[in-house]
Amino acid sequence: MTRMINKTPGSVLRMSLGLLPFVLILLIYMAGSDARLELNPNDKLLPSFEQMGDAIQRMAFEPSKRTGEYLFWADTGSSLTRLGLGVGIAALLGLLLGMSTGALPMIRAGVSPLLTVISLVPPLALLPILFIVFGLGELSKVVLIAIGITPFIARDIQRRTEEIPTEQLVKAQTLGASTLQILIRVVLPQLMPKLIDAIRLSLGAGWLFLIAAEAIASTDGLGYRIFLVRRYLSMDLILPYVAWITLLAFLLDITLAWVSRRLYPWNVQGGQ
Amino acid sequence: MSAMIEAKNLWKRYGDNVVLERINMRVQEGEFVTLVGTSGCGKSTFLKLLLGTESPSSGELLLDGKPIPNEPGPDRGIVFQQYSVFPHMCVLENVMAARAFARKGLTGYLFGAARRQAQDEVRAMLDQVGLGHALDKYPHELSGGMKQRLAIAQALLGKPRILLLDEPFGALDPGIRADMHELVLNLWREHKLTVFMVTHDLKEGFYLGTRLWVFDKLRQDPHAPNAYGAGITYDLSVGQLDHATYEEIDDNLRPVARLG
Repeated sequence: MTRMINKTPGSVLRMSLGLLPFVLILLIYMAGSDARLELNPNDKLLPSFEQMGDAIQRMAFEPSKRTGEYLFWADTGSSLTRLGLGVGIAALLGLLLGMSTGALPMIRAGVSPLLTVISLVPPLALLPILFIVFGLGELSKVVLIAIGITPFIARDIQRRTEEIPTEQLVKAQTLGASTLQILIRVVLPQLMPKLIDAIRLSLGAGWLFLIAAEAIASTDGLGYRIFLVRRYLSMDLILPYVAWITLLAFLLDITLAWVSRRLYPWNVQGGQ
Repeated sequence: MSAMIEAKNLWKRYGDNVVLERINMRVQEGEFVTLVGTSGCGKSTFLKLLLGTESPSSGELLLDGKPIPNEPGPDRGIVFQQYSVFPHMCVLENVMAARAFARKGLTGYLFGAARRQAQDEVRAMLDQVGLGHALDKYPHELSGGMKQRLAIAQALLGKPRILLLDEPFGALDPGIRADMHELVLNLWREHKLTVFMVTHDLKEGFYLGTRLWVFDKLRQDPHAPNAYGAGITYDLSVGQLDHATYEEIDDNLRPVARLG
C-alpha cells in the first residue's frame, strides 16, 4: 500500500479538497442562521444572506440620507488611501534604511541597534502619543501604519542586502564602480522584488493598525464603520464588511505578486 | 627588467591560524601563472591578497613597486567560480555595466551617444566569447559555461592589466572546459594580460599557463595543524616539465584532494 506521505491529489481532487472547507463553513452558517431566525425573526446574531445583501445595497448603492455619500465606497476609499500612504511611506523608509544598513558597515554600526530597539516597541502602545502629537486627523493614522511596519521592512531588506553575494560587490569594484554606482545598479535592483515580498508580508499588520486607528478615532473608513454599527449589533453589515476587507487584502496581495513576476522576471527560485 | 608583481617574505594569519608563510616571488608582466594545491592550502587566500579584499599580515606584496591597494580596483579583474555576474541584468546589460562603471557617472547607467558607442564595443566582445546569440538572456537562463564566458567578457571590458581567475571552470563539464581553456588563452595573448588562475585540476595548471605554482605546507605539526602555513613548494616553467614531475606533484596532492 502507498504510504500516506507519498499520496498526492490530482488537480481536480486538489481543487475540490480546497473548496470543501469553504462550502462546509457556508452550509453550517446557513443552517445556524435559519435555525435562529426561525425561532426569532428579529435575531441579529446570524443574519441571512438576504439581510446582508439588503445592508450592502443600502450602504453601497443608495446615498446616505445624512451626507449624500455612498458610504460603502467612501469608507473603502478613505481606508485604502490611509493604508496606501502608510505602507508606501514605510516601504520607502524601510528600503532606504535597510539598504544603507545592509550595504554600508559604518551606517549599520550607527543605526542597527536603534532599529532593533524601535522594532520592539509595540506600535499600538504609541497610538495615544501619535494622537497627542499629530491630532486625531488623517496624519496620526498614516503615521501609525508607517511606524508599525517600517522596522519590519527595514530589517528584512537589511537581511536581503547582506545576502547579496560578496562576489558581485567585488566584481563591480574591479570594474571601477563607486559606492553609489554599486548601490544604484547592483544592490537596489536586486532588492526591489524583495521589497515587494516584504510589503506583502507586512500588509496584514498594516490592516491591523489601520482598523485599530479607525476604530478609536475616525469619522469614516471600513474599520470605523464596523466598530460604529457594533453598537446596534448590526451583524448584517459587519460580516459583509469583513468579507470585503478580506477580499481587498487578497486582491492587493495577488496584484503585488503579479507586479513582481512581471517586472522582475530574473527573480526566480534557484536563480543565479 | 623589474617585476610587475613581487612578494617579499609575505605572511597571512587569521589569529593563531597561519595560512601562508614566507612567500617570496616575482612575476613579470604577461605571465600566465596557475596556482594548484590541496583544499585550504591558501591559494585562494593568495588570490584575495592580489585582489585586495585581504591584506598581508606581514611582509610586502607589491604591484609595480607599490603595495597593492587594500580594496579591489579596475587594474585587477576577477572571475569567480560562481556569482560573478549580475543576476538581474541580461547578458548585454551585464557587460554594458562594466563600461558604465568605468566612467565617473553617479548612477552607473549610460545614456545617449555613450550608450550607443558602448553597445557596439560590447557586442563585439560578446561575439568574441561566443555569446553573440544570447544578448537578452538573463544569467539564470544560461548554462554554466556560458555564464563563465559572460563573466570573462565582463571582466575584460574593464580593461584590467591583471586577470584573476578563482577556480573559474571548477563547476564545468570536461568538454566545455577545453573550450574555455582555448578562450582564455586567446584572450590572454590578445589583451596582453597577466593572469593568475587558481585551479583544483593539476592537469589544467600543468598545460595551460606559462608558470605553475604548487602551494603546500613545508612543515607539519600533527598536534597543531594550523601552526604552520603553506608556501610555494614548486615554481615551475610550463613547457620544461617532464612526466616524472607531474607524477610527483600529483602524488603529493592526491591523498588530500581525494578526501576533500
